[in-house]
Amino acid sequence: MTILVQDKEVVVPGDTLAEGMGYIPGYGSYRQATKIIASRLGLVNVEGKVLKIIPVSGKYLPKRNDIVIGKVIDILMMGWRVEINSPYQAMLSSKETPEFIEKNEDLTRYFNLDEYLVAKITNVTSQNLVDLSVRDQGLRKLKGGRIIYVNTHKVPRIIGKKGSMVTMIKQATGCRIIVGQNGLIWVDGEPAKENIAVETIMKIESESHYSGLTERIKTFLEEKTGVKLDMTGEKGDYNGLQ
Amino acid sequence: MVDIETKKHIIECLTKGVRYDGRSMTEFRPIEVRTGLIETAEGSAQVKCGNTEVIAGVKMTMEKPYPDTPNEGILMVGAELLPLSNPRYESGPPDAYAIEVARVIDRGIRESKSLDNKRLCIQAGEKVWTINVDICPINDDGNLFDVGSMAAVAAILSATFPAVENDKINYKKRTAEKIPLAKIPIAVTVSKIGGFFIVDPQESEEQSCDTRLTVTTTDDGNLCALQKGGYGTLTIPDIDKMLTLALAKATEIRKLIKDSLVPRTGESYE
Amino acid sequence: MVYNKRVDGRGFDELRPIEAKAGVIPKADGSAYFKMGKTVAYAAVYGPRELFPKFMQDPKKGILRVNYNMMPFSGAGERVRPGPSRRSKEISMVSEKALSTVLNLDDYPNAVVDVFIELPQTDAGSRCCGINAAAIALADAGLAMRDLVSAVAVGQADNRVIVDLNYEEEHLPEFVDHVDSEHVADIPVAMVPSTGEITLLQMDGIVNREALMEALHKAAAAIPQISAIQRNALKQKFHGETGEGLNGNNGHNGQSAGNGNSGATTQTAPADNESDSTDTGADLTQG
Repeated sequence: MTILVQDKEVVVPGDTLAEGMGYIPGYGSYRQATKIIASRLGLVNVEGKVLKIIPVSGKYLPKRNDIVIGKVIDILMMGWRVEINSPYQAMLSSKETPEFIEKNEDLTRYFNLDEYLVAKITNVTSQNLVDLSVRDQGLRKLKGGRIIYVNTHKVPRIIGKKGSMVTMIKQATGCRIIVGQNGLIWVDGEPAKENIAVETIMKIESESHYSGLTERIKTFLEEKTGVKLDMTGEKGDYNGLQ
Repeated sequence: MVDIETKKHIIECLTKGVRYDGRSMTEFRPIEVRTGLIETAEGSAQVKCGNTEVIAGVKMTMEKPYPDTPNEGILMVGAELLPLSNPRYESGPPDAYAIEVARVIDRGIRESKSLDNKRLCIQAGEKVWTINVDICPINDDGNLFDVGSMAAVAAILSATFPAVENDKINYKKRTAEKIPLAKIPIAVTVSKIGGFFIVDPQESEEQSCDTRLTVTTTDDGNLCALQKGGYGTLTIPDIDKMLTLALAKATEIRKLIKDSLVPRTGESYE
Repeated sequence: MVYNKRVDGRGFDELRPIEAKAGVIPKADGSAYFKMGKTVAYAAVYGPRELFPKFMQDPKKGILRVNYNMMPFSGAGERVRPGPSRRSKEISMVSEKALSTVLNLDDYPNAVVDVFIELPQTDAGSRCCGINAAAIALADAGLAMRDLVSAVAVGQADNRVIVDLNYEEEHLPEFVDHVDSEHVADIPVAMVPSTGEITLLQMDGIVNREALMEALHKAAAAIPQISAIQRNALKQKFHGETGEGLNGNNGHNGQSAGNGNSGATTQTAPADNESDSTDTGADLTQG
């Protein structure tokens, strides 16, 4: 058994990753006779005997419990239709709001067309029908601010370890920032500072697989804003859904 | 389709003098014009303006002239909003917007009278040259009017006539003869959004505009075509401001196009 | 007579010079540029996305839709009329079939993946060039594929089997006096490189059985070269994305708010491991 690629190497669909029966194909790869072959563009991840591919591109596929940002595109009898930057639209039922909504109430009072919201995916069916909820703490309408779209696969890097990256951007720019798993990011602050925050996010997106990313982003932000960033704690105020 | 929330925020930022990509209101994105890259076309240009990228190509044919202008050649500008260039575009016959883009650019060139149509006459009433200019966006991130117009004009300026043998065009042989274009018409679209005037909108700005005015001007500072678009309105002082802006920008762009025609060696397509 | 020397001086089995680039259309979910000799193709992938009209939806899996189009100025002779023709519709259809066998769209019921192939300049072999671009674009879009698809036209010119015909070779009787049309054939072939399965095969012209088999074997021999270039383009894009940051920037400063597709082609440093892989929740804290 031979492994033909290195950990974190970029591979393309059809590339042979390993020969022999000693390895097991994981996500993004498959076995053909004695070979393991990549089925997605991405980075190889060797985890013991399992070879998987970490994808670098592709549309967002809704997953249960993901926090996403969406746009209200239609108002129905019992809720809202929400665009979530995926091939499938989502439904937010009027029962999934923190307030009790009466049967014949005007739903636009809660969420109107074109408004953005941050919500949690509560269910995804086999046919990718998606249900949302805004009942948890922190889930709500996003008033004002700017929405940008990033590659979904770069979202973990934009958030950073325990939220360190996004915390740093907030500290430097004073913007409020919410990162949805579906690649939508909400940025709200002073317009010029928003621009810096957006530029920084784009920089992370395009340089994410580079060593020393945090340090580079820190320097970039300090140069752009003149704010001295103290990252000694590295904890940030990231606390998931709180 | 206008996204109300996005539009609101764009205007909020403009109120503080800030555009989404940090440009000033009167600033274009970086423009790159390259000509003569497509060998199958008699003339061609590829223009990038920020992320908006357009290819225009010229094909020359011999046709029967229109009966009312028997000794004049014909100019035809077409534009197709290729679904390759933006997720909003669909395959199918050109919609009203595609036709507007083509016609506004066509009119800008035609009405500038920079093309000496009589010199395109081969045999009066029988045969004249037709210059077909086709505009194809590769990536549409806003401002197709201006970027398409730059590409169309640069493509015409770069074109040379094919050889004619036994009354037929031999497309494989090119002559050195250029299309007689006396002036360089430049279209600049000024967009009005929430009372602010901006040039070269990127897509989200373009979608949020109330009104736009495409102003085509020639080297001598004269106007040769106008097109007001959008559902909003304009006042006379608005138009005055927009004209000033369009004229200033046109001068900059005209220079870029002239520079692109200086032959460079060793450059192939892309 | 035998076709002893190719019009452009190439070896009989030699491909034209090839250039490939991934991620050239920022608005698209995946894109590519592919050039074989003087034939140039752009491909853009949009999707998976919602499919309309609804009756076309497949509740079991996503569907692939390919659209091939020549730009009006892309032909060697007269202007090509814009809009679909019988020819472009057929090529779209066979290209769709050539590509769909490697694609797995099981995760995307009722959705569609659109591939748009546009040719700004052609000089024979345009469907092959388009398929090569499309395969890169599909991989670039992050879709599950068991392999890429690579394509080349092989054929016969005056009793000689040749690889990657150019326009003059496709129309040899017009260019070389003694050749008659009975000894010219054009055979576009697409293959899955790792298995050698043929996913597109067409032919026009006249060829005997032995020559056809020889041509197919020559196609099979040329396919790995094309596949290597396609793979390299995808890897280059990926490296280029990281390299771009180091070099300052290449004209666009990341304000597109798109999906970060850029066509840069610089080298890269190894990736780091800063991200916490368990960190999948959104950040909801207020700054």
